Amino acid sequence: MIQVNQLSKKYNGTTVLNIDNLEIPKGQSFGLVGNNGAGKTTFFSLLLDLIQPSTGNIRSNDIQVNTNENWKSFTGSFLDESFLIGYLTPEEYFYFIGDLRHQNKADVDALLARHEEFFNGEILKNKKYLRDLSKGNQKKVGIIATLIGHPEVIILDEPFANLDPTTVSRLKKIIKELAEDPNVTVLVSSHDLQHTVEVCDRIVALNKGEIVKDIQTSKETLQELELFFAV
Amino acid sequence: MIKKFIYLEWKAFTRSASFGANLAMKILIGFLMIYFSIIFIGMGVGAFYILKKLNLEPLSTVNKFLIYYFLFDLVIRLLMQAIPVLNIKPLLVLPFKKPTIVHFSLGKTALSFFNWVHAFFFLPFSIVLAIEGYDIVGIIVWHFAILSLIYINNFLNIILSNIDKLFVVFIGIILALGAAQYYKIFDITTFTAPFFQGLYNIKWLVFIPVLILIGLYAFTFKYFKNNLYLDAGLSKKEDIATTENLSWLNQFGTLGTFLKNDIKLIKRNKRSKTTILMSVLFLFYGLIFFGNSHQPAVMHIFAGIFVSGGFLFVFGQFVPSWDSSYYQLMMTQNIPYRGYITSKWWLVVIATFISTILASFYLFYGWEIYLTIVVGAIYNIGVNSHLVLLGGAFTKTPIDLSNAGGAFGDKKAFNVNAMLLTLPKLLLPVALYGLGLYLGDKTLGLLLVAGAGFLGFILRNKVFSLIEKRYKMEKYSTISAYKQKS
Repeated sequence: MIQVNQLSKKYNGTTVLNIDNLEIPKGQSFGLVGNNGAGKTTFFSLLLDLIQPSTGNIRSNDIQVNTNENWKSFTGSFLDESFLIGYLTPEEYFYFIGDLRHQNKADVDALLARHEEFFNGEILKNKKYLRDLSKGNQKKVGIIATLIGHPEVIILDEPFANLDPTTVSRLKKIIKELAEDPNVTVLVSSHDLQHTVEVCDRIVALNKGEIVKDIQTSKETLQELELFFAV
Repeated sequence: MIKKFIYLEWKAFTRSASFGANLAMKILIGFLMIYFSIIFIGMGVGAFYILKKLNLEPLSTVNKFLIYYFLFDLVIRLLMQAIPVLNIKPLLVLPFKKPTIVHFSLGKTALSFFNWVHAFFFLPFSIVLAIEGYDIVGIIVWHFAILSLIYINNFLNIILSNIDKLFVVFIGIILALGAAQYYKIFDITTFTAPFFQGLYNIKWLVFIPVLILIGLYAFTFKYFKNNLYLDAGLSKKEDIATTENLSWLNQFGTLGTFLKNDIKLIKRNKRSKTTILMSVLFLFYGLIFFGNSHQPAVMHIFAGIFVSGGFLFVFGQFVPSWDSSYYQLMMTQNIPYRGYITSKWWLVVIATFISTILASFYLFYGWEIYLTIVVGAIYNIGVNSHLVLLGGAFTKTPIDLSNAGGAFGDKKAFNVNAMLLTLPKLLLPVALYGLGLYLGDKTLGLLLVAGAGFLGFILRNKVFSLIEKRYKMEKYSTISAYKQKS
């Protein structure tokens, strides 16, 4: 589904990301772990054509993302709060995204109904604009919005951060369900090794922009990763 | 302690988004600033001689209207001058004493654009008075009193800014006083003018404004200090949200989706609401030109462009910056640029249309004047609407929607590319109209301007493709500029 070729990103001569070759097959749930500055967000930003690669390219479903925009129709993503429109209510935001993805109101309502538990009664019909929600609740909105319109690629940057423990376990359930769908490729980045190991089939560890580990998840994975990141 | 604060401020200033432009641009901006300063100073100097020529005593005439000047200043401040509370939060837990923080924050407002802009008029005016043989001590005292009054307004604004819609009350007062004076029912200036004049004649009167200023500062200081808590003075006001569907816009497809969003954008944010108010003020711009024989006829079209173009200039200028806080989202969604730009274009066109209808009160000056406004609107729709959207591609200033200020006082919003694009917006129609007047008569001039508007309208698709290309080229630099929060 996603092919990375000779990809690198440099800022003023400093290489922040350098991936020779990486293939993510369709249907995989892919976890990206690493310390701060390892290049996780940079990689996702490149994948979403928000920044330009210094060399190489990324192809998503055989579409080179920085030359052709057609990947947008099958990609859902949430990187941070700048993906939210502060002056809208959560409902309006969902319908707005729905409109852009050619989903009618009923489709969106059905999706929201399915995730009512995840919202925990704090999102819908609360008479608040998105800008006035807490960080955790903003994140809930952003994550569910990526699911609108049945995207084939879902990209979530640090989805577990800022969420309360109950919501984290509910989010894991949602990601696992998505991972079971053979048509959906999920990409998740996190600092939290345990959460990532739980929801992903495959884990790639980045360090200073380079891939240092690439493992299929098994019982020993968590231990292996913890050992690697321990100083 | 204060040294640390000044260090922080200096860093904030030099590291702002578009300040880091290249050297050539900095020099150009420098020249423009000098140029405008000279114009303003010229006005301050000129005021004396113009009033003299009109056989009016300059100082007493200025004193007569000072009351309106200060009232109007207060309205402008309430609308635009933002109180810098946001930067205070990180300081609260650092080892600064609270009084230091408050003194600094208040001191910072003293350096605001809204205060020193007055110096451009009053300083040269006072100097000219001194040169022309007025009593020097009197002038200094008068000037000092004016300065105090300006700062009284500054602190009044800080105290009053928490009260919503207060500026409407002040506008009401100004209009009522103005009308009462015009119709000779009640003249406020008969009470205030002697006071302002007295500041010059009876020197000790200066203590009144100075003492008020000191008292007001003490009061503001106490008020600020008592409210220096996250859930008091530093809290954000939360609005009660209502979900609006605006489903009647659904019939327009993608265009409708964006229009829905834009309507909510304008309705729910302070900054965008200010632009609506500004565009209403623009409606009255023509009053300066029409029925005023001092203005050359060629300037009529200038007014015509402005009357209907208020929204176009204040809102359109900042497309796509209005969407800056969620620009990354827009760039990852399946959004055709064409649809996005078209929606903004329609917004501008609809607003221009409404302005033109509202401007029908100019029919009072005769249908020829109104025709000028209609022709201006045609030019705005055909040519200027495209130019502002094109200019938007270069405007990489993130907009803080929750902040009402910054529409003018924001140094960061100053952009030379956008400035250069204003030339064809205003000068071209004036040139065309002037050419028409020179070769024939008014009708020919209007025809030429309207013709340019229609031509622009016909070429719409071509121009849109060009704008689209420009937006795409600027995509990455725009994203990275918008990431810098002001």
